[in-house]
Amino acid sequence: MSGNAEMPAYDLSTSALRDLNAKLHALPSNTNETHWTVVNPGGKHALACGLDKPITVEIGGHVGYYCAGMNELATVIVNGNAGVGVAENMMSGTVHVKGDASQAAGATGRGGLLVIDGNASARCGISMKGIDIVVKGSIGPMSAFMAQSGNLVVLGDAGEALGDSIYEARLFVRGNVASLGTDCTAKEMGPDDRAVLAEVLARADLAGVSTDDFKLYGSARRLYHFHVDNVDSY
Amino acid sequence: MCGIAGLYLKNDKLHSELGSLLSQMLVVLTDRGPDSTGFAIYGSGSPKDGKVTLRAEDHGRLKAAVAAVEKQFGAVRPVYRSSHAVISISPEMIPALQAFVAAQADGAEIVGHGARMEIYKEVGLPAKVSERFGLARMTGTHAIGHTRMATESAVTTRGAHPFSTGPDQCLVHNGSLSNHNALRRELKRNGIAFATDNDSEVAAGYLSWCMQEGATLKQALTRGLSDLDGFYTFVVGTESGFAVLRDPIACKPAVMAETDDYVAFGSEYRALAVLPGIEAARVFEPEPARVYVWER
Repeated sequence: MSGNAEMPAYDLSTSALRDLNAKLHALPSNTNETHWTVVNPGGKHALACGLDKPITVEIGGHVGYYCAGMNELATVIVNGNAGVGVAENMMSGTVHVKGDASQAAGATGRGGLLVIDGNASARCGISMKGIDIVVKGSIGPMSAFMAQSGNLVVLGDAGEALGDSIYEARLFVRGNVASLGTDCTAKEMGPDDRAVLAEVLARADLAGVSTDDFKLYGSARRLYHFHVDNVDSY
Repeated sequence: MCGIAGLYLKNDKLHSELGSLLSQMLVVLTDRGPDSTGFAIYGSGSPKDGKVTLRAEDHGRLKAAVAAVEKQFGAVRPVYRSSHAVISISPEMIPALQAFVAAQADGAEIVGHGARMEIYKEVGLPAKVSERFGLARMTGTHAIGHTRMATESAVTTRGAHPFSTGPDQCLVHNGSLSNHNALRRELKRNGIAFATDNDSEVAAGYLSWCMQEGATLKQALTRGLSDLDGFYTFVVGTESGFAVLRDPIACKPAVMAETDDYVAFGSEYRALAVLPGIEAARVFEPEPARVYVWER
């Protein structure tokens, strides 16, 4: 087997998306076809979903729903905008959206890094479970709803009801937060939090961004247990 | 589910391509709405010459209805397209025509009227319905289309969008309203007539009523944020305007693209991918609870 990486190219205006995904799924772990280029995505859904090999897929254009969903080990780069649920339930690897992302970016993600150069709309990081999400622009309302673990780093602003019903997870926001959701609260940023933020920024090639400019939000932990004073509410 | 496509042209040179572009957008949205398809197109016409779109279950009934209308109102220069006919009648005769069609025209109904708007809707796949009406050859300034996946009421032409409840006004809706029955009763008391039990028609009627009371399109939609309860992405057309509104939770998808030549709406980006110059367009997602209006 030659040591040279091969770079297959795929044109979605002339070839079927299902064939592309099947080819990507069939790659062996030691494949030499490590850098795939996809052109003319045309907003198609479920592009490069369920990858589980350490390859790079670079997409030239806007993608539809669930791009790079369930990603494991792979690096997926979108040179455009992403539709609903980009990198949803990502396990590991990296997904980089160079434009904006629609709703529910990184939803339920368990690991890996999602970087969005533009803005992400509503419900970014909903139910996140370990993923790190970096949004260079702003995020929409109801982001990090029921977030469980992981880090959400936002260089711009956050919309309403940030972190509603949050279990755990760190939410770092540099700009304004329109409002905090139930049981989400501003927290003192300790040295550990600062180290985590610096590490996530560095992985997103943002080592030059100062951690001093961020505020940390997280769980007030008041919803963890039933409170007897609320018994009349039920 | 349902799919919405809307196109509002800023560059007059594209007028001849309006129908062709909308038709391509609707076909992409087949997956979101295979049950029925409808569209409103703002073409030629002037405020002096009223334009009315009539629809009937079959061609025989349609011709009979037009003949009955001509007997009563004189020549109306019908233009037939499949199950629909667009007739010309002076705007002041519209109320009399509405009453006449409701009472006399067996199996025919008015789907819309105004100076420039024509509405076509039928059960079937977007490609079939577009072909049936010759959408690809239609021209105009703006157009709004809808592909329906029926979830709450039967697959019938009457349940197909767009809904029109005022002159040159139309609305398409993706979502479901929860307070439509109460609102319909209230609007009926205020003189707004409804042809169906459909929730989306209530939203259309609500906006027509607000505008009838003097509100601008923007004001009407802003009021709608307080009075309409439920999930919605609306795209609304008037003689000169094109508007978009999403509910505060933004349950239903929406993507827009703007260039120097057009403003376009799609339920998914895929529907916009067919447009000329889309690679360089400003593509954005309309924000929840924010009224977007473009006017000529």
